[in-house]
Amino acid sequence: MTLADTANLHTFVEAVRFIGDNPHLLLTKAFELLELAAAALGVALAIALPVGVVLGHLHRGSAVAEGASIVGRALPSLVLIAAFLTILGIGFVNNMVALAVLASGPILTNSFDGIDRVDPDAVDAARGMGMTGSQILWDVELPLALPQLFAGIRVAAVTVVATAPIAAIAGGGGLGDIIVNQASYRLSGVIGASLLVMLLSVGVYLALVGLQAAVTPAGVRRTRVGGDPQGKELV
Amino acid sequence: MSWIVGGTVIPNFGTGSKCVTGNHVFCWDWVRQHWGDTLGPALVEHIELTAIAVGIGFALAFALALVTHRYGFVEQPVGAISALLYTIPSIALFQVLVPFTGLSYTTIEIALVAYTLVILYPNIVNGLRSPTPDVLEAARGMGLTQRQILLRVELPLAVPAIVSGLRIAVVSTISIATIAALIGPYGLGSPIYVALREATPFKTEIYSAGVLAVGLALACDAGLRLLRRVLAPWSARRLA
Repeated sequence: MTLADTANLHTFVEAVRFIGDNPHLLLTKAFELLELAAAALGVALAIALPVGVVLGHLHRGSAVAEGASIVGRALPSLVLIAAFLTILGIGFVNNMVALAVLASGPILTNSFDGIDRVDPDAVDAARGMGMTGSQILWDVELPLALPQLFAGIRVAAVTVVATAPIAAIAGGGGLGDIIVNQASYRLSGVIGASLLVMLLSVGVYLALVGLQAAVTPAGVRRTRVGGDPQGKELV
Repeated sequence: MSWIVGGTVIPNFGTGSKCVTGNHVFCWDWVRQHWGDTLGPALVEHIELTAIAVGIGFALAFALALVTHRYGFVEQPVGAISALLYTIPSIALFQVLVPFTGLSYTTIEIALVAYTLVILYPNIVNGLRSPTPDVLEAARGMGLTQRQILLRVELPLAVPAIVSGLRIAVVSTISIATIAALIGPYGLGSPIYVALREATPFKTEIYSAGVLAVGLALACDAGLRLLRRVLAPWSARRLA
């Protein structure tokens, strides 16, 4: 083994030791991160989901949905966080708004696309049975579009959790605080926190895949869970 | 000093107009003054970072996709690794590579290539599968060899999917590359990062670099859409 190899290995040993030595700090920071992510996801869901669902139901505004997916992908998270910081100041609200904007893209695109592309025969049959527009939306379109709605939420959730550490650059708190502050926590702390952030996002991803499988109606389950969401986004 | 107003240090202040020293919403004079030493070079670096990452990523993804298409067996493991990599935050991936390659350009490119690979590979594989069995049957019936089918049927028909993958890869890479400024002073993330580290973030620098990053991404997106229309005029228009 060369010297460089042992040094690399040593850094990771140190990182794991850092995690073991600071359980309280890391738990607090991880909780802060999840709090921020949950708030942002909540805001995004409250705004983007109804808009996407209604537009999809009316089969209108595909330009809006496509635009949201293109612009959502083109907006770098760092730019968004920095720009909101100049408007809203350092802190929770700024980061929450920036993350909510990021999360809105995939939620809007997928909810629109999912509802818009429900089999027209199914909708026709429902209308023939005398169902009203809102009944069709609740009892036919939403259940059938559920896998894709959830795929959008999953992408948004992973995006938010993965972007939240970047918010630390703008005083966001959370595990990102440690990642961007090598001066105080040394490389071992930075790597330790990075490893935890990775675990956290993979955990959130897996939890949502599980939740999606659990809430998908049996009749829709033929559609592959996990799906291929629109507007997948990297952070 | 004249450029310190109320304790605020303006980065790259130059001669510092009133607008700059007062940190007004947007100062054209700062942009004009620092295009040459800050924004211009950052934009060029950003294009470089993206081009190298997408170039290497495309070559690897294409080779891997051809192997998959021929032999099939690599798809499962590559798919699993892709899904995992997709969920890993770039800020964490950059940092975890640091013990191996340091705070360097290489570290940034390794992470960026990994992400482009993850986007391009499934798109190319799916593209190569786009000819229907009828089409392949017809090609074989005409006496085309395996290699001829690949070059004359499968690859041309895969063009729309490949260009779509490139669109997503290029735009995503431009976005992630801004975060790379945490590792080293490269690309458009760097001026933003510098502006953020001031006691009062310097607005003009954040906005101008941000607009350049978003503009670059949208321009590339539009360009690649045009390319697809030129290369594959038959392809149906579909969401992203």
